[in-house]
Amino acid sequence: MDREGLRKVQSERLRETVERVYFNVPYYRNKMQESGLGPESIHSIDDLRYMPFTTKQDLRDNYPYGLFAVPMSEIVRIHASSGTTGKPTVVGYTRGDIATWSEVIARTLTAAGANRNDFIQIAYGYGLFTGGLGLHYGGEKIGASVIPISGGNTTRQIQLMHDFGSTILACTPSYALFLAEALSESGIKREELRLKAGVFGAEPWTENMRREIEEKLKIKAIDIYGLSEVIGPGVASECLEQDGLHINEDHFFPEIIDPNTLEILPDGTKGELVLTTLTKEGLPLIRYRTRDLTRLHHETCKCGRTLVRMDKCLGRSDDMLIIRGVNLFPSQVESVLLEISGIKPHYLLIVDRQNNLDTLELKVEVEEEFFHDKISELESLRQKIQQTLESSTGIGLKVTLVEPKTIERSEGKARRVIDKRKF
Amino acid sequence: MPGYELKNKQNLSINISKADIMIIQQLSIFLENKSGRLTDVLEVLGSENIRITALSVADTAEFGILRVIVSEPEKAKELLKKNAFTVNITEVISVCAPDEAKHYAKVLKILSDRNISVEYTYAFSVEEKSIIILKCSNNLDAIGALKSHEVELLTSSDLYKI
Repeated sequence: MDREGLRKVQSERLRETVERVYFNVPYYRNKMQESGLGPESIHSIDDLRYMPFTTKQDLRDNYPYGLFAVPMSEIVRIHASSGTTGKPTVVGYTRGDIATWSEVIARTLTAAGANRNDFIQIAYGYGLFTGGLGLHYGGEKIGASVIPISGGNTTRQIQLMHDFGSTILACTPSYALFLAEALSESGIKREELRLKAGVFGAEPWTENMRREIEEKLKIKAIDIYGLSEVIGPGVASECLEQDGLHINEDHFFPEIIDPNTLEILPDGTKGELVLTTLTKEGLPLIRYRTRDLTRLHHETCKCGRTLVRMDKCLGRSDDMLIIRGVNLFPSQVESVLLEISGIKPHYLLIVDRQNNLDTLELKVEVEEEFFHDKISELESLRQKIQQTLESSTGIGLKVTLVEPKTIERSEGKARRVIDKRKF
Repeated sequence: MPGYELKNKQNLSINISKADIMIIQQLSIFLENKSGRLTDVLEVLGSENIRITALSVADTAEFGILRVIVSEPEKAKELLKKNAFTVNITEVISVCAPDEAKHYAKVLKILSDRNISVEYTYAFSVEEKSIIILKCSNNLDAIGALKSHEVELLTSSDLYKI
């Protein structure tokens, strides 16, 4: 499709979406009225700039179903991602949304070279997390044989990869590297596998990691991008040229803004990615601030696709960490510490990557309020912090108690996170 | 005083204020297991000529608790706090017994017979006498029990004279 035709489709779909949220979502109607906007104010995609932004906080404030634009009887699926204060971000899909999702994942897999003859091993987690089921429906749509093995159980992953003849692997890039290591120790030779490509996402990864995965697994490693609020995986994905991720912009319209001034930035300038859903029915989002930093490029790709491309994500405009594919905000740690110790102690999160798996350590300064003379009391406090955090975030971590004033303060403000991973 | 029960008439002469004096204020200081930290504490205390009567360290792989009995506990606490240490004052008791194992055992037996548990203990020896520091689940009950068996209890001023 040429850019002109695409723009017409986008404009028409935007008008429908704006109308839908204005009449069905009180939150959006109020926000639009405050800005003096009605559904008739938006004529084309060029008018999107006048619409208000949506943030993760807005989703949280309207927990769980407040921003849904259809009656719950129309919702056929609910997914959720981990939230900052114990409450997850909830996403509802209509039957139409599931069809859209399958369509964009089908494009993702096709761009990675997959077709009906492929065997797709889905080692993303199945469940509330959008990774597993998202890939699953797209894989079925292209007619491939889908192997819904889900995450974990590395020995079985390798065994079935061998026995079932998997040709495409879908998982996080760090798990792909972990599998590569495990494969070299398994006794199964690479030549005995039929694996040819992998679609990897849900966490940031570098070009170095890509090279490592490609060398060790001898496959083409394709980057895919998505976020559960918008739909899950399927927002954007690379083609075999591996030169930027094609955004499915007939469904998700991208803008790049300066996260501080909120001004729209031109092509090729690094800024925060903002997405507007153009076809979502269950949970349409207007100008959703992803907090992911990237750049857009509108030139046609060597593969021939005219869809706009985005760079691999280059960081975040907030303090969210992605650890083993799971989102973590320092504020989550803060609220757990407050709950357990009754105060807000100084703490530091240290993220690293060892043997291709993310590690998380939490250092907590021991203050007088919860210091105890007995080793066993301190040890059980330490364990309680660890267990509470592990169960509320789903991320395994190590907790270390440290002396007061040993965590570095910069300009009076504590530094909360040290990320030693190189992205 | 709750929890303080006199077990026999012989002890009626012990009044509460006497028991209070037998309570000794011990400083407990949180330390990471890093070399030089103990030196840092002692240097801070030394800078104000604070005297140390007894000292013990309990530790795990990552952190430790330094327990120390000093001449001026309140002053020492403030001093350490000013130097960014986490410090608490913990109440312990101290007894004096001949430095043979059987006497230490007897002290502990008296307490366990009364269902008083010892959270931790440490000791040092001076001129064939053991000075034993005890942190009990109930220090006042422990004082009563030990007194009734004529175990010699030390006051803080006794300790500082050592």
